[in-house]
Amino acid sequence: MSTTPITPESTPQGRTPATTGDRSGLPMEALRREFPILRVPVRGRRLVYLDNAATTQKPQSVIEAVARYYFRQNANIHRGVHYLSMEATQAYEEVREKTRRFLGARDTREIVFLRGTTEAVNLVAQSYGRPLLGPGDEILITHLEHHSNIVPWQMVCRQTGAILRVAPIDDRGEVVLEEWKQLLSPRTRIAAFAHVSNALGTINPIREMTALARAAGAAVFIDGAQAAAHTPIRVDEIDCDFYCVSGHKMYGPTGIGALYGRLELLESMPPYQGGGDMIASVTFEETVYNELPHKFEAGTPNIAGTIGLGKAIDFLQEHGLERIAAHEDALLDYGTNRLREIEGLRLVGTARHKAAILGFTVDGAHPHDVGTILDQEGIAVRAGHHCAQPAMERFGVAATVRASLGIYNDKDDIDDLIAGLHKVRELFG
Amino acid sequence: MSDLRDLYQEVVLDHGRHPRNFHPMESPDRQSVGFNPLCGDKLTLYLRYRDDILEDISFQGVGCAISTASASLLTEVLKGKTRAEAETILHEFVELLTSPGEADPERLGKLAVLAGVRDFPVRVKCATLAWRTLEAALAGNAAPASTE
Repeated sequence: MSTTPITPESTPQGRTPATTGDRSGLPMEALRREFPILRVPVRGRRLVYLDNAATTQKPQSVIEAVARYYFRQNANIHRGVHYLSMEATQAYEEVREKTRRFLGARDTREIVFLRGTTEAVNLVAQSYGRPLLGPGDEILITHLEHHSNIVPWQMVCRQTGAILRVAPIDDRGEVVLEEWKQLLSPRTRIAAFAHVSNALGTINPIREMTALARAAGAAVFIDGAQAAAHTPIRVDEIDCDFYCVSGHKMYGPTGIGALYGRLELLESMPPYQGGGDMIASVTFEETVYNELPHKFEAGTPNIAGTIGLGKAIDFLQEHGLERIAAHEDALLDYGTNRLREIEGLRLVGTARHKAAILGFTVDGAHPHDVGTILDQEGIAVRAGHHCAQPAMERFGVAATVRASLGIYNDKDDIDDLIAGLHKVRELFG
Repeated sequence: MSDLRDLYQEVVLDHGRHPRNFHPMESPDRQSVGFNPLCGDKLTLYLRYRDDILEDISFQGVGCAISTASASLLTEVLKGKTRAEAETILHEFVELLTSPGEADPERLGKLAVLAGVRDFPVRVKCATLAWRTLEAALAGNAAPASTE
């Protein structure tokens, strides 16, 4: 591996030129140059960024769009009569249309901008779930969910007397479809699950799970946080009722995300928060709410973030999600095989249909110690329970090391990870 | 790797691999649970007094090398100490890791091997988990101690 310290202007030494060697055809060298942070040395070494499931790095186009907004376009939206306000409003609303196309929704009114997937779950739990649910009603989730797709449902269960049910996963980390089917009943009012597991990498059979849940009469909520940067999404084909994404996990800014909601459902739901922009008229006696989607966007939104999200969508579409998925699949195969070289390494999450997330433990070395040692090599991984404690417990571990891959990762990154893990074995073996 | 060797000194690795006094205790006088919500590490600390002296200390749980070694060293260092002495060492150790420059590692004897943790701020809570738990046990707190 390269140990030469680099400066932001220089090119890392000893890297393979042009493409990755996989068949995706992504222009890897040019693509990596789009990410300024990849040229910033970490601990005097080139950055090996393998924490993409926590947050992805941002391409220059996204960073520049956010800066340009503040440099040249900044104004509040939806109510100004002046030039900048109209320009900002137009830029903001263009991203809504872009997001609609990206998610495969039919109508821009079905796209609500929020802080991210966490806020989306909370919105749906409170605005859809709370008025609907009563004692004896059930919400069905799965054992592999992120805490953010567990806790908001628990909260609404406490408020309404509804019951939270959990569909089990098997030893590979796959949802047991037979059990999913069994747990669905006329009492199931909401079925909520991740498209892709952040801790295990499992890609759920979302169309099948959605069809079964909807046939049972449940509304379907899908957490797409880990899917949006890695696989094409078509909510019209999935036929779910709600689907949400987080900008920062798809090469966009933090603090911005989007919720897709089926028009009829959004229409019927009360607002999530009250404030400016979500109203049509206000008197002390009565307030008339604004039309969709503004009914759900109280207060001045994250305009810069939304514009950045639009650029992130452009970035993903320029490279093509099919090609990105092919690239990451090839790298996942390569990484999985190389990890098997490490003595005492156990993969946690081995679903047959899996995103490029490698969760593992190393005998004799706690994940936090592994993380610290890798960090000294400039390798960023996550160590811990990944906000999915029930999933960790299912595998009998308190924590794992997680290397999660993104568009800019290549075989060199995997090789550096393997070299780092050999150092772990030296120290702890 | 020199920085890493400051963190993972041989004594630390040894106590991490082969923790001392690592077992539950029957009928302890005090028992406390410590939890690090950031990583899920959890340990239980058991104390038995003879008069004012910590006659026996043991612990159990799961943790990284740093938290396990720290707990193991805690049991070795404090066994036979008075309650007041234990409180002084607890205070000095926590200060060593959280207010660098004010505490002198030399005063802490073999606990000084953990001084390297100061240079790894995200790992300080690993090293203090057992000591926060001790604090709760000495005070007789029923609620689990947390690093947060």
